[in-house]
Amino acid sequence: MSFSLAVLIPLFLVLFFNLPFYRISGKIAVFIASLFCIVQAFSFFLPVNATCPAVQNLVSYFMLDFQCDGISRLMLLTSAIVAFASILVLYAMEDSDRKQFNFVNLILLSLAGMNGLFFVRDIFSVYVFIEVIAATSYILIAINKDKNALEASFKYLVMSSVATVMMLSSIAILFLVAGGTDFVTVSNMYQQYGGNSLVTAAVVLFIVGLFIKGGVMPFHGWLPDSYLAAPAPVSVYLAGMVTKTTGIYTLIRLFYSVFGFNTAIQSILLIFASISIVLGAFAAINQNNFKRMLAYSSISQVGYIVLGFGAGTTFGVAAAIFHLFNHSVFKSLLFVNSAALEKQVNVSDMSEMGGLASKMPVTSTTSVIAFLSTAGIPPLSGFWSKLMIILALWTADLKVYAVIAILASILTMTYFLIMQKKVFFGRLKEGFENVKEAPLAITFVSILLCAITVVVGLLFPFVLNGLINSAVSF
Amino acid sequence: MDSIYIHIILLALIIISSIFAVSYARVIRGAIILGIVSMLVSISLFLLSCPLAGIFELSVCSGLITVIFISVISLTLPPDEKQRKVNSVSMMKKMVLLVLLVLVCGFSLYMLDSKNITFVPLMQNVQESIDTRDNIWNLRHVDLIGQALILLTGLFAVVVLFKKDKNKDKK
Repeated sequence: MSFSLAVLIPLFLVLFFNLPFYRISGKIAVFIASLFCIVQAFSFFLPVNATCPAVQNLVSYFMLDFQCDGISRLMLLTSAIVAFASILVLYAMEDSDRKQFNFVNLILLSLAGMNGLFFVRDIFSVYVFIEVIAATSYILIAINKDKNALEASFKYLVMSSVATVMMLSSIAILFLVAGGTDFVTVSNMYQQYGGNSLVTAAVVLFIVGLFIKGGVMPFHGWLPDSYLAAPAPVSVYLAGMVTKTTGIYTLIRLFYSVFGFNTAIQSILLIFASISIVLGAFAAINQNNFKRMLAYSSISQVGYIVLGFGAGTTFGVAAAIFHLFNHSVFKSLLFVNSAALEKQVNVSDMSEMGGLASKMPVTSTTSVIAFLSTAGIPPLSGFWSKLMIILALWTADLKVYAVIAILASILTMTYFLIMQKKVFFGRLKEGFENVKEAPLAITFVSILLCAITVVVGLLFPFVLNGLINSAVSF
Repeated sequence: MDSIYIHIILLALIIISSIFAVSYARVIRGAIILGIVSMLVSISLFLLSCPLAGIFELSVCSGLITVIFISVISLTLPPDEKQRKVNSVSMMKKMVLLVLLVLVCGFSLYMLDSKNITFVPLMQNVQESIDTRDNIWNLRHVDLIGQALILLTGLFAVVVLFKKDKNKDKK
């Protein structure tokens, strides 16, 4: 599949959905968007240049200046999986046809921005596509227009605007010094002036901007409120993909393809990652709200990705990218389970729940698998990516950070065990006698994401060779 | 086109519009004037043979800023007269803050070792193709797709956040 199609198809779909003389229904929009996600996911398994001549001729009119490597393709697969999960949760949760229609349009716009971000090789274009994703996220969070959603969206908008100003200032300085904004020009400039304090300040500004977008501690203020106030399908999409793409993927891409590593930058990444892992985990332990606990868990897990990447080696980059993929899958799964609880029980306070495993066996089982994977228990996918992160740190002689990563896994285990005990185990709380398993669309997504977590873990040697090694050669 | 008077007139217009943009109490008017400022800055950059910078200015301000303003305005209620009086900042204070900001930025840039950099001129191919259309379509066409996506998002922001729910109204 040509890379341009990954951006142009969702754009044209939105235009097609909104033709002035005919408006399709929300359900058809859901179906078409889901189909697009499936095609996008399967495109990962095709050779890079595989396309039929007719399509090639058509696409040549719109050929965009994109480049694709293994990381881009892996991200394309991840975004397709998460968007698919989010759309199916929407189908199950939202009755209003108009809302389904609006949501699908915004998801497609966001997906187009995301796919563009995976393929661009220019720092200004990176900024443009990050803003596409951010702008759609503001609207998606506020889509229900209730007070909490509007407040969370506004908070995200303000924090995101600060990040935008930082990134734009950084781009302006880099453009001023390099004379261009494409990756090669900026990279050449950085090799010459990497030690200059003006250039370093520009890079640090960019990093802080990306930390805000990625919700890394202590720049995470907007994140728990946004995840909590957003409608369930939006939470799945935000937690699974948006913060990982705008913040963490971009960070990895810029340092992997443009700036490279130096000791100062590496220290910044490692320190903030460690803070995020430990404080995020402690904050998660203290939460009583299911979604808020998952939000803090996300902050902690994002710290792991940055920590692996901060090892500064190609193996560290591979570990970070693998954990990003795994985290997107199992965090989406946990948010899908949260949507199931919201739909069936309509309570988000964990102290008010209990004994739901007997009433919602699929949700309970998939939740156990997701949290075991998050905590890094073998043979699930999360175990392998965490092991890779720890090995990357150990071999880079960053043993203290490796120990922090291991110890924080115990904290992860703690807060998920508390959650599982409060929500699913024990005696059934009064009033929940008539609770039933979540609708088919939600359980289907749960089983699918759970299967990915298990299969990726069990087939790790094949995944390492076929998926990770092709993304980052180490 | 290279007449010095054009640059002076443009600069004067930029300064006057900027002052109007920050001094209007109504955000919508401020946003519109800010759009005009960025348009003037873009023209100025094109005339100064910095087409890429001009395109960046147009990209950021015509697309993104518009969407952000729409989002902000849709997420906030207009203040009443009492709140407006409490929140109002005098013109003098605004100007002092502006001067202070410029000084801090200038000083920071000076202190940050910028004198040790041999600033690289624009790439040869960009300098040779000063034609704006050529630059926009050939050099920055990827950004145009991004702009189209942002503008569509802006439209959806209006539809989703501003449009009243008919069923709710009936109830």
